[in-house]
Amino acid sequence: MKLKEISREELFRSSYGCAGCAAVLAVRLTLKVLGRNCVCVVPANCISTVSCYYPQTPFFVPMTVMAFAATGAALSGISAGFRRRGREDISVVGFSGDGGTADIGIQSLSGAIDGGYKFIYICYDNEAYMNTGIQRSGLTPYGATTTTTPAPCFETESKKDMLRIVAAHDIPYAATACTSYPLDFMQKVARANRVNGPTYIHVLAPCPTGWGFAPDRAIELGRMAVESGFWRLVELENGKLRTTHKPSRRRSVAEYFAAQTRFRQLSPEQIEEIQRNIDRRQAAGQAFSATG
Amino acid sequence: MKKSIPGPVSRAGNIPTRMGSWSTIKPVLKGKCNFCLLCWIFCPEGAISQDEGHRQVLFNNEECKGCGICVRECPTGAIEMAEPEQGERP
Amino acid sequence: MSTRTPARKYITANEAVACAARLARVEVIAAYPITPQTTIVEKLASFIARGEMDADFIKVESEHSALTACMGARMAGVRAFTSTSSQGLEYMHEMLAYVSGGRYPLVLVNVCRSVALPWSIWGDQQDAIQQRDTGWIQIFTETGQEAMDMVLQAYRIAEDHRILLPVMICLDGFIQSHTEELVEIPDQESVDSFLPPYDPVVTLDVDNPHTISMGGFGKHYAAWRREQQAAAEKAGEVIVEVGDEFARVFGRHYGGLIEPYRCEGAEAVILLMGALTGTAREVVDEMRADGQAVGLIKVRAFRPFPVQSLRQALSLVKAAAVLDRDCSWGYGGALATDLKAALYSLPNPPAMLNFIGGLGGADVSPEQMKYMLDKALAAKKGAPSSMEFIDL
Repeated sequence: MKLKEISREELFRSSYGCAGCAAVLAVRLTLKVLGRNCVCVVPANCISTVSCYYPQTPFFVPMTVMAFAATGAALSGISAGFRRRGREDISVVGFSGDGGTADIGIQSLSGAIDGGYKFIYICYDNEAYMNTGIQRSGLTPYGATTTTTPAPCFETESKKDMLRIVAAHDIPYAATACTSYPLDFMQKVARANRVNGPTYIHVLAPCPTGWGFAPDRAIELGRMAVESGFWRLVELENGKLRTTHKPSRRRSVAEYFAAQTRFRQLSPEQIEEIQRNIDRRQAAGQAFSATG
Repeated sequence: MKKSIPGPVSRAGNIPTRMGSWSTIKPVLKGKCNFCLLCWIFCPEGAISQDEGHRQVLFNNEECKGCGICVRECPTGAIEMAEPEQGERP
Repeated sequence: MSTRTPARKYITANEAVACAARLARVEVIAAYPITPQTTIVEKLASFIARGEMDADFIKVESEHSALTACMGARMAGVRAFTSTSSQGLEYMHEMLAYVSGGRYPLVLVNVCRSVALPWSIWGDQQDAIQQRDTGWIQIFTETGQEAMDMVLQAYRIAEDHRILLPVMICLDGFIQSHTEELVEIPDQESVDSFLPPYDPVVTLDVDNPHTISMGGFGKHYAAWRREQQAAAEKAGEVIVEVGDEFARVFGRHYGGLIEPYRCEGAEAVILLMGALTGTAREVVDEMRADGQAVGLIKVRAFRPFPVQSLRQALSLVKAAAVLDRDCSWGYGGALATDLKAALYSLPNPPAMLNFIGGLGGADVSPEQMKYMLDKALAAKKGAPSSMEFIDL
C-alpha cells in the first residue's frame, strides 16, 4: 500500500470533533480503505457525539448510532441481514471507543466474535471516556490521571489487554494499530475486510483534550507511544502473532510521558518502574501483549 | 409515491455546517511542497486535497479546524499557520 | 376465506408462536433462553436444523444483544423475530426504546412472567407492564391460537407504513406457554397472501446512503416524538383493520382492541388481559345463568390504550372490577389506573374496584372472580375506587 494509491475520496467530513482528534482520523482512514460499499455502526462515544445531530452527518456512507453496550450484536445482526440478502460484499464496520469495547461493550463483542458473522470491529482507543469528560476506562493505562482518578492520585490498574481477550476467542484476524502509522493501520483494515468472519482492530488514537497536549502533536504522540514500547503494532492471523512495525528509534517512556499532562503525578521512581516493566515484557517477547 | 421516512434519519454526508469557522488561522504553503502527501494522510478533517497539476497540496479552509498537524508533520517545513488574507477567508 | 384445509394440532402456545414466525417467513432470529419462553426458540432452532425454515439463527450472549441483532437485521432490510420473558425483557429495556424510537417494525413475543425480586419463574404480567412506556405496541392474548394469529397480524401492523412501530405479543407464562390446545395452523399460501414481503422504508443501503437512528436537538427531537405518538395512536385503527382482514382470510376474529363478552345490559363487568380471560368467561356465563347482570371485557391492546372503546363499553356500567396481574407500585394495577384516566370526564363513571392477583404464578380461581364481580355488583356508582390483593 502506497500513499499515492490511497483513495482521495473523503467519506467522513465536518464532524464536531476536537481539532487534532485522532479518533476522527481513524474513521477517515478506515473509510478510505472500505470505500462506499460499507455500513458503519457507532455506539455512544466521541465519534457519535461529534457526528449525527440532525440534519448534520459527517458520514458519507450508511451509518447508524447504536446503544453503548450493543456494537457487537448490531454488527452481527446487520451482517446476518446482508447475508440473507446475498450482500456479503458489503463491509460492516463498527467504531467503538475504549470504554465501549473493554468495559460496557465487552460482553456484546465477545458474543459477536463467538457468533461468527463477518464484520470489522474497530476499537479506537483514546484511553478514557473522553466525550463525557475524561473518566477512566478499563483501557486507561497505569499512571494516568483522569477526572475519576484525579491528581494527586492516578489510575492504579494496568490497561486491559484486549488483543489477548479477542485472541482467546480464536478470532480469525485481529491487530493493533495507531493513527500515527496510517499505512500500517489501513493495511490491517484491508486485511480484515478480506476475512469472512469476525475481525478486530485496536487502534490507539491520541487525544489532545484528554491526554493534555497541543492538537498539532497528535501524530507525534502516537509515534512516541510506539517508539517508547508503550504500544506495539502487531497482527494476529489464525493464531499467529506478527509484529508489523518495529520502531527504528527507541525512546524512553519518560519522554513519552513528558509530552502530555496526564502522567504529571508520577515520580521519577514510578516512571522508572514502568520503564522496567516495559523492558522486561519486551525482552520476554510477551506473545499477545500489545502494551509494552 | 415517495415514501416518507419516519424517525431520526438524514441523508448521508449532509454537512450544512462546516467547521472551518473554529479557527481563524489556516495552513498556508510558504515553502516548496514535495508532494509527499504526509499532511494529506494525517489531516483528521480530510481538509487537504491534491493538486496533481502543480504537484502540491491544497487546503480547504472551510473545513480546516486549524489543528496544525500538517505544519508539524511536513518534512520540509513548507507549511505555516497564518491568518488568511482578505478574500481567502471562507 | 381460504379454501385450503389448515392443519389442526394439539400444541402449546409457544409452539404455535414458533409456527407463526416460520409462516411469517422470518429471516433472522436472535434469542436467548429464559423460562418460560425457551421452547419457542428451541422449536425455531429445530425448524432450521431440519430444513423446515430458511432463516439465520444468530447465537447471542444476552437478550440485550438478541434485540440489538434483530434491530440490525431490520436495518439491513430483513424480517426478524425474537422472544423473551421477565428478566430477559427487563434486560432488553434499553434496546426496546431504541427499536421504537428508530421506528423498526420488529415483532417480539413476551411470555409473561413475574420479575425478581422476589424471584419467581411463574407467571404474572409485571414484566410486560414495566415496559409499557418504551413505545411498543402491546397486545395480550388469551389462547395459543390467538397468540399465533396475532404474531402473523403483528408483522402486518408493525410494517404498515403508517405505523412502523414494534409490536410485543404477550402470552401468559405456563397457562399458555406450556399448555397444549387444539390450534389451527394456516397453510403457507394463505399466510403469504395475508402478509406480503417486508417493504422497508429506509435501510443501511450503500446505493442510497442515510444516517439512520441519529441524534437531534430541540424541535427536531420533539417532532420525531410527536410523529411517534401519532403513529402509536394510529395503530389503534390499524390493529382493527388488520384484525378484520385476518378474519376475511382465516375466519377468526378477536374483536379488535377490546373484546366485550356478554356486556349487554351488564351492571358490573370484569376487565382483564391475557389467559385468565378463559376463566372469567365461565364465571360470567354461570352468573348470567343465575340472572345476574354481569359481563366481561377482555382488553387486547394495552398500548395503544383503547380509550374510546373502553369509554363506550363502560358508559352505562355501574361498576368495573379490574384484575391486574401487575402493579405500578405506589399507585395501583396498570390496567386499573390507565382505565381510570381513560374514563376521566365521563359523566357518571362506573365505580372502580382494582384487584391485584395472579402474582408470581398464583392461580385465580372462578370463586375469586365471582367474588370480584359480586363486590362490583354491590358497589355504588360514584364510590371511591378501591384496591385489594386477592392472592392472600
